Amino acid sequence: MLDQLSLLSFASGGWGQALLAGALVTVSLALACLPIGLPLGLLVALAARSRKRLPRAWATTFSTVFRGLPELLTLLIIYYGCQIAAQKVLAALGYEGEVLINTFLAAMVAFSLVFAAFSSEIWLMAFKTLPKGQLEACAALGLGKRTGFFRVVLPQLTRIALPGLSNNWLSLLKDTSLVSTISLIDLMRQTNLAVSVTKEPMLFYGVACLVYLLFSALSGRVFALLERRSNRHLQGARP
Amino acid sequence: MSPEQLLAYVLDPDLLERYGARFVDGLLVTAKLVAISFTLGALLGMFLALARMSQSLALQRLAAGYVYFFRGSPLLAQLFLLYYGLGSLKGFWQDLGLWWFFREAWYCALLAFTLNTAAYQAEIFRASLMAVAPGQYEAAKALNLKRSTTFFKVVLPQSLLVAIGPLGNELIMMIKASAIASLVTIYDLMGVTKLAFSRSFDFQIYLWAAVLYLLIVEVVRRTLKHLEARLGRHLN
Repeated sequence: MLDQLSLLSFASGGWGQALLAGALVTVSLALACLPIGLPLGLLVALAARSRKRLPRAWATTFSTVFRGLPELLTLLIIYYGCQIAAQKVLAALGYEGEVLINTFLAAMVAFSLVFAAFSSEIWLMAFKTLPKGQLEACAALGLGKRTGFFRVVLPQLTRIALPGLSNNWLSLLKDTSLVSTISLIDLMRQTNLAVSVTKEPMLFYGVACLVYLLFSALSGRVFALLERRSNRHLQGARP
Repeated sequence: MSPEQLLAYVLDPDLLERYGARFVDGLLVTAKLVAISFTLGALLGMFLALARMSQSLALQRLAAGYVYFFRGSPLLAQLFLLYYGLGSLKGFWQDLGLWWFFREAWYCALLAFTLNTAAYQAEIFRASLMAVAPGQYEAAKALNLKRSTTFFKVVLPQSLLVAIGPLGNELIMMIKASAIASLVTIYDLMGVTKLAFSRSFDFQIYLWAAVLYLLIVEVVRRTLKHLEARLGRHLN
């Protein structure tokens, strides 16, 4: 038992540091998907509500495709697809050689697209609960379209969308484990390496599950705080 | 560019002849994997939901812990834990006479998927059971119905109507998640795709797989929507 625990230590011979580095890659990959995924999801939702047909068709296609494809397949298509496309383009320009796409970048793009597709549904749902009077009030006050959206609509949308977005974030965090298949050294990949060296699959995969569980629990806490904060105007005055 | 050349880019006849039959096999494996694990998961999930709503605190905690673990960690890690982790205890399983089970990637994948989907389905069943109005229980009691009759004839039909939407979403999630089975040497649709790509290095193989997955998911989604409308037709 003690032998096994020493395998997890941070000293030399232990895998603690490697696992920690992998866990950092996992978290930073998931976080890196947010700056693209969130606005893109909102944009897709706006396009789906547009009065013109073309944006609507685009939005439907986008969300159907990226919600319907297995995440693993999306990842492989983006990774190999970009690689082959880059190779073809460079070959046309006269560069003959192996082209390797950065795995982190490919994974970031793939998961951002998936996250955008799923979150666009959440935004759409939130839009439906927004009373029409809010928009009419904006118009009555003579607020510009931009001000009305950012100051009136978006804050209310965010409050309603938070629980759904928190679910999306949790599945994003778990989906990042798939990047180990395109050999990005994340937590899962480090665990695989540790298992192949130490031959202790039970211990290391168990630890990996627990680390993911810890991340889920932590993000649950953060989202609970955010939700409480965004609902603070609804709570009664404290005695 | 002639139509034939264009066709060769997206659906090369040679490639189709070489790998078409394999793709059909892969589809069948995926369908079998999802069907079996989803059904078994529904049974286990129902028991878990009932355990979570039972009077016994120990049962409640146990079920809650189970659901928390399987929903909080990635399916990939769970699959590896079962296949490589439990598979490493060879002597133990041989003593129990269960080695044939944990030796096979197929059974391990089935087990992992069943356990995983059971956790998600337990939450769906629990929410749908709680959505049944308390007056229904009271009415059943006033009519002196047995506990089993109350559950199967009064509560369950009403709660399933609420559950069918989320259950459909879970089924679609399972179909997508089943692609992970290809990582433990199972030749499902994804496994076949990876095999074909590694031999031919033709990118269109991945596009075939994408179209097939989209088709399956879309057909399942539309069927379920239809079913839901049909089951709830007394409501509107």
